[in-house]
Amino acid sequence: MTTLPQQTDRKLGLVIDLDTCVGCHACVISCKGWNTENYGAPLSDQDAYGSDPSGTFLNRVHSYEVQPEAGAAQLVHFPKSCLHCDDAPCVTVCPTGASYKRVEDGIVLVNESDCIGCGLCAWACPYGAREMDQAAGVMKKCTLCVDRIYNENLPEEDRQPACVRTCPAGARHFGDLSDPDSAVSQLVAERGGVDLMPEQGTKPVNKYLPPRPRDQLQTPDDSGEIDVLAPFLEPIDNGPKGFLGWLDRTLEKL
Amino acid sequence: MHPAPSVILFSSLSGLGFGLLVWLGIGLPAVTGWVAFVFFALAYLLAVGGLIASMFHLGHPERALKAFTQWRSSWLSREAWASVTALLVMAAYGAGLVFFDTRWWPLGLIGAALSLLTVLTTSMIYTQMKTVPRWHSLSTPANFLSLSIAGGALLAGQVTEAMVLIALAGAVQIVTWWQGDKALATSGTDLSTATRLGEIGNPRAFEPPHTGSNYLLREFVYVLGRKHAAKLRIIAIVLMMVLPLLLLLSPVWHHLAAALAVLSHAAGVLTARWLFFAQAEHVVGIYYGKR
Amino acid sequence: MTHSQPPLDLSPKVSDEVRKTTCYMCACRCGINVHMKKGKVAYIEGNRDHPVNQGVLCAKGSAGIMQHNSPARLRNPMKRVGPRGSGAFESISWNEALQIATDWLEPLRREAPEKLAFFTGRDQSQSFTSLWAQAFGTPNYAAHGGFCSVNMATAGIYTMGGAFWEFGQPDWDHTKLFMLFGVAEDHDSNPIKMGLGKLKKRGARVIGVNPIRTGYNAIADDWVGITPGTDGLFILSLIHCLMKAGRIDLDYLARYTDAPVLLNSDPKSPEYGLQLRDENGKALVIDRKTRKLTPFDQPGVRPDLAATYRSGGITHRPVFHQMAEQYLGEDYSPEAVAERCGIPAPRIRAIASELARVAFDEAFELDHEWTDFRGEHHKTMTGRPVSFHAMRGISAHANGFQTCRALHVLQIILGTVEVPGGFRFKPPYPKPATAHPKPHCKATPDAPLDGPHLGFVHGPDDLALKADGSPARIDKAFTWENPMSAHGLMHMVISNAHAGDPYKIDTLFLYMANMSWNSSMNPGGVMEMLTDTDENGDYVIPRIIYSDAYSSEMVAYADLILPDTTYLERHDCISLLDRPISEADAAADAIRWPVVEPNRDVRGFQSALCDLGAKLGLPGFVNEDGSQKYKDYADYITRHERRPGIGPLAGFRGEDGKDVGRGAPNPEQIDRYIENGGFFVNHIPEGATYYKPWNAAYQDWAVGMGIYDAPQPYLFSLYVEPLRRFQLAAEGHGDRQPPDHLRDRIKQTMSPLPIWYESDPEGTQGYDVHALTQRPMAMYHSWGSQNAWLRQLHGHNPLYLPTAIMREKGLRDGDWARVTSPHGGITVPVMEMAALNPKTVWTWNAIGKRKGAWALDKDAPEATKGFLLNHLIHELLPPKGDGLRWSNSDPITGQAAWFDLKVHIEKTNAPAEAQPEIPPQRSPVPPAPRDVAWKVGK
Repeated sequence: MTTLPQQTDRKLGLVIDLDTCVGCHACVISCKGWNTENYGAPLSDQDAYGSDPSGTFLNRVHSYEVQPEAGAAQLVHFPKSCLHCDDAPCVTVCPTGASYKRVEDGIVLVNESDCIGCGLCAWACPYGAREMDQAAGVMKKCTLCVDRIYNENLPEEDRQPACVRTCPAGARHFGDLSDPDSAVSQLVAERGGVDLMPEQGTKPVNKYLPPRPRDQLQTPDDSGEIDVLAPFLEPIDNGPKGFLGWLDRTLEKL
Repeated sequence: MHPAPSVILFSSLSGLGFGLLVWLGIGLPAVTGWVAFVFFALAYLLAVGGLIASMFHLGHPERALKAFTQWRSSWLSREAWASVTALLVMAAYGAGLVFFDTRWWPLGLIGAALSLLTVLTTSMIYTQMKTVPRWHSLSTPANFLSLSIAGGALLAGQVTEAMVLIALAGAVQIVTWWQGDKALATSGTDLSTATRLGEIGNPRAFEPPHTGSNYLLREFVYVLGRKHAAKLRIIAIVLMMVLPLLLLLSPVWHHLAAALAVLSHAAGVLTARWLFFAQAEHVVGIYYGKR
Repeated sequence: MTHSQPPLDLSPKVSDEVRKTTCYMCACRCGINVHMKKGKVAYIEGNRDHPVNQGVLCAKGSAGIMQHNSPARLRNPMKRVGPRGSGAFESISWNEALQIATDWLEPLRREAPEKLAFFTGRDQSQSFTSLWAQAFGTPNYAAHGGFCSVNMATAGIYTMGGAFWEFGQPDWDHTKLFMLFGVAEDHDSNPIKMGLGKLKKRGARVIGVNPIRTGYNAIADDWVGITPGTDGLFILSLIHCLMKAGRIDLDYLARYTDAPVLLNSDPKSPEYGLQLRDENGKALVIDRKTRKLTPFDQPGVRPDLAATYRSGGITHRPVFHQMAEQYLGEDYSPEAVAERCGIPAPRIRAIASELARVAFDEAFELDHEWTDFRGEHHKTMTGRPVSFHAMRGISAHANGFQTCRALHVLQIILGTVEVPGGFRFKPPYPKPATAHPKPHCKATPDAPLDGPHLGFVHGPDDLALKADGSPARIDKAFTWENPMSAHGLMHMVISNAHAGDPYKIDTLFLYMANMSWNSSMNPGGVMEMLTDTDENGDYVIPRIIYSDAYSSEMVAYADLILPDTTYLERHDCISLLDRPISEADAAADAIRWPVVEPNRDVRGFQSALCDLGAKLGLPGFVNEDGSQKYKDYADYITRHERRPGIGPLAGFRGEDGKDVGRGAPNPEQIDRYIENGGFFVNHIPEGATYYKPWNAAYQDWAVGMGIYDAPQPYLFSLYVEPLRRFQLAAEGHGDRQPPDHLRDRIKQTMSPLPIWYESDPEGTQGYDVHALTQRPMAMYHSWGSQNAWLRQLHGHNPLYLPTAIMREKGLRDGDWARVTSPHGGITVPVMEMAALNPKTVWTWNAIGKRKGAWALDKDAPEATKGFLLNHLIHELLPPKGDGLRWSNSDPITGQAAWFDLKVHIEKTNAPAEAQPEIPPQRSPVPPAPRDVAWKVGK
């Protein structure tokens, strides 16, 4: 049934740290590898070695430049995959019941054997989290590696999404966002995690940690504020001669 | 949005077909026998033809029957039910007219209502999309329903009604465009909310996540030049409204003029429907810095 | 409402088997778990137990399955049948291929072994390939370091016995302020990402100094968008500020560096600027307690940073005096350098203050007891939580060596090297330049070379010159033009061989180096040189043998192709004899092994060298009876001993496999490595993990591991005396004298204390914009484009222009520009970037491909829109009117100065394709499939 569950037991999801992501695409490819070999149809590529290569990926890393009012422009790498929304519009539009949200953990999945490939769920998703596979004719999306996180054939520490396991900078965190005591909820609370496109009313489970303030290391001439660092660079004496005098005095104290 | 021919054909043709069924359902024109058969055949050709066209849009048409299961939540599923019940009811009603020369009028009224409902459900598929601000408005069902009924009137040969309704549909169409052009800007969704980087400064899409193409870019990012769009809008409104009205108003009202009016109107509706998709901005484009 | 869910198998079988080996998608050498299904590679992930990557894996590594299955894989040995460059080949057997190579090489070895030039590109088996070249007897061997990063490696080793990347790492667990210099953030990539992740988790500050704010610089808390080529000036200004404020670690400088070492200060002396030494060659200092002259390393000595010493009428002053003289002057004040660096003076001060504040006011102690080389026992270890790292950007300039040196001096005066929170070496480093071999170049017919090719020179006597003073090596490494070219100069080989300067060669033998494309400056010129013929119609470079696994651009230029395997089909050792995978806390090495057997007629290149070496009868590659000594590379890895008991792999040695470091060869060693996950780790004991160059416990541990044969503590060289020896020669002292045209340059550039000089060459007037390249993190060299997954991420590359230039030239995203340099022009698409130094443009490296290469369609965007900046760069500088053509490289090491490129930009109409258009080469491999959708386990 493509109606959404009244509530889910847990809200498993990702917390993505935009202060830490270096934009390396490791998560993109690790996801591609795991999900080609696992859940559902392989993620296919068309014209793979040709003039217009195109393929199905469940995770993409955008990048944005942000120009603050003062100071240098900043660059932010921005990974994006399914946010496993509480009010997932992709689920309710599905005519066949192929799209559903799991009661146990809130993961939004596509049951590929029921998918007619109408594409409506992708239309309904504001985030571009769903991609129709051209070879299989069914909708593909992030499964939060539902076939890893509970998989008893994997060692305990590997029961996490492939993208999280592989992220070299540790910019991706996985956990239960319904539990205020979970590490991910704590992180969201500490770092002011936010929803993407809150006005769309989708209530995403995944949260984004905004970049920390940049370019704070300035002196008065730059920022017009009091130079707190100046005492650290008080000259000892001017010129090489004075320096050697200081040196002698200081060495005595050593 | 990608203007997929299958979906444009489907929504335009089935709109006209169900529009005609509405008129037939309420007994205008009050036809029976062979004449009724011709009218019903035309209506079914358009409605069913449109539905079949829409199947080409599916990745797995062989599983289409599964689409009947989710009527509780899905407008597409509701459309499936509405269209099939409308077609079944109207088939029974039509059989009465054609074979028994009898007008089972309650059946006709129910069928007409179901036909209207079908057009409404189709329009709601688009209207519900908050992700496409241009569609997410009451003007979308108004646009679909007015065109369907007007086109139906034209097909049903209800000249006076057709003239009024075509003028009305044309007006609704213009209002739809006027509103739609502001929709994205007033939707509250932009790159700042999409990335939440607006609090730092003014964000701008930099390097795309992939240089290759993908489903999202093909499906949701269709860039139509402003000048080109303006021209197409004029063509659409002329074909859909102006030309049919002139033809209907012309003193020499005969079947050829009527046929021309129908063809012109249909071409206008197809053009407008093409624009309905081609001009629609899906918010996912924002992530790619497109539109 | 009701809610129902389909049944779902939450514990599907993951794979039949996991085989653990080492990645080869870049130089990181991460451990990978290769999941096998039905005997095929199904999925690749990082190995959690592995010291390098601890489970994580980058995009390239995760895409390894597509590299392994690339349609561009070569199928079998081939000999050229069409003209060079056409790509017309005929398949031959390995027997025939090895016979051809033997027929070509055997006479060379008998008569003039230097006529073979053997250069390997992204070779991870240099200790093996160099051994082969030594056995052959040619002096002409090197890998790709000369055009990659030799400035960085050499500056580090001369200064402090180790450098960045594979040599050392910041103390990620303790550092509080991390400063990263340089564009092109590719080396050591997963470890740096993991380290940055640790810093971010703690909220430690990261400062990025880089003209381009991408990648690591995008997440830097503070970004310093420096003008290219001025890093050295900026660093020297920081040194100026810190010294002027006395915010330097005097105790550290006195104990562990040459700052107190006495220098001859008499300008008239032939030893002016050389260190005062005792009869054993030990540098002398004044002991602060006794006020007496003493060798630096005597028990209890406290070297004096201030005292001078006069003997024989000559005053000797400590190095530190000279530093004060050099760096306290106003030439290096923030105000003096700000404009050239593109950094406001207050910002330079702010950064210097923060470095000082964190280094000294946030200093901490670790409760690790240790004893230094003078026998002094320390209860704790002092931590200075400031660390530095650098990328190729600072080194690929004509002033790169001195810039890297300056950075090390900055590290050292803050006392942040080999201390907690600072920068730490990875075994076999620390290892000072004096502990490395010197270069050897004496070629004798029918005999091996007189020693290892590459090494560290300590003065003019060590140069690789023939008796007549002409260069002994084809690449002119270790000559007056670039005396300290410790990695050789691969980028000069083709042009020198073509010019017959210093001499003609017969056979050019290359491995894994795309010299006709992205690995050369001036690829168009290189293609011409490779195909040029003499008056008889013979090729000027008579024979070219090439080994590669893939259909690269270079394949078309070979006469004989030896097809290599993919990285999952081969044996390799990542050896302590070479650049191992060690971490600061442990020595570690690793292997690759064939997790799948090749389905093509290919051989691992090193195994092919074992075969070829045997056919040529090379010493070390044949048994006494003349039979082949090593069956294949695996056999070599297992049985070869460099010194008794020391082989390519340090783990599981000895008959029973229990010996570590030193021990007899163990026939089951490779199996033991496989059981252990493909690697071996031996941890450094606590108390020996910091202060390694001076820590007696570390020195003893290193001897036990076979890294050294005896403890060899040393002082960091703020003052690099070998540089001074070259200056003295240029000033007219000594027997070996430089040619006159080089004297001034040697005097100016080879300063024993770091200096900065303009790297912008003469002849570039009118070209006012710096042009840089860097690799995207998801691609490595040219390899990524044959990968169906990775090429969707980076299938073509724009030239990124700063906002101001976009506006000035009336350009918008997607427009095209004509970009010219003194050497050539390209026409390419452009895109705006705001977070960029305003005088700099840049693009992704090696995305552009030649049509016909890499099994790509001829209309692939890599070939139609992708482009290389290489066409704008020449191995020689533009003429400056003195009748000479100066090399586009660092005058000290010869490192290719890729990043000195200056260009001019104009808007132009979009051409059909990026320019220049190079005609297609014929593909030696069948066309690639159109679509890819497979599931191995299905």
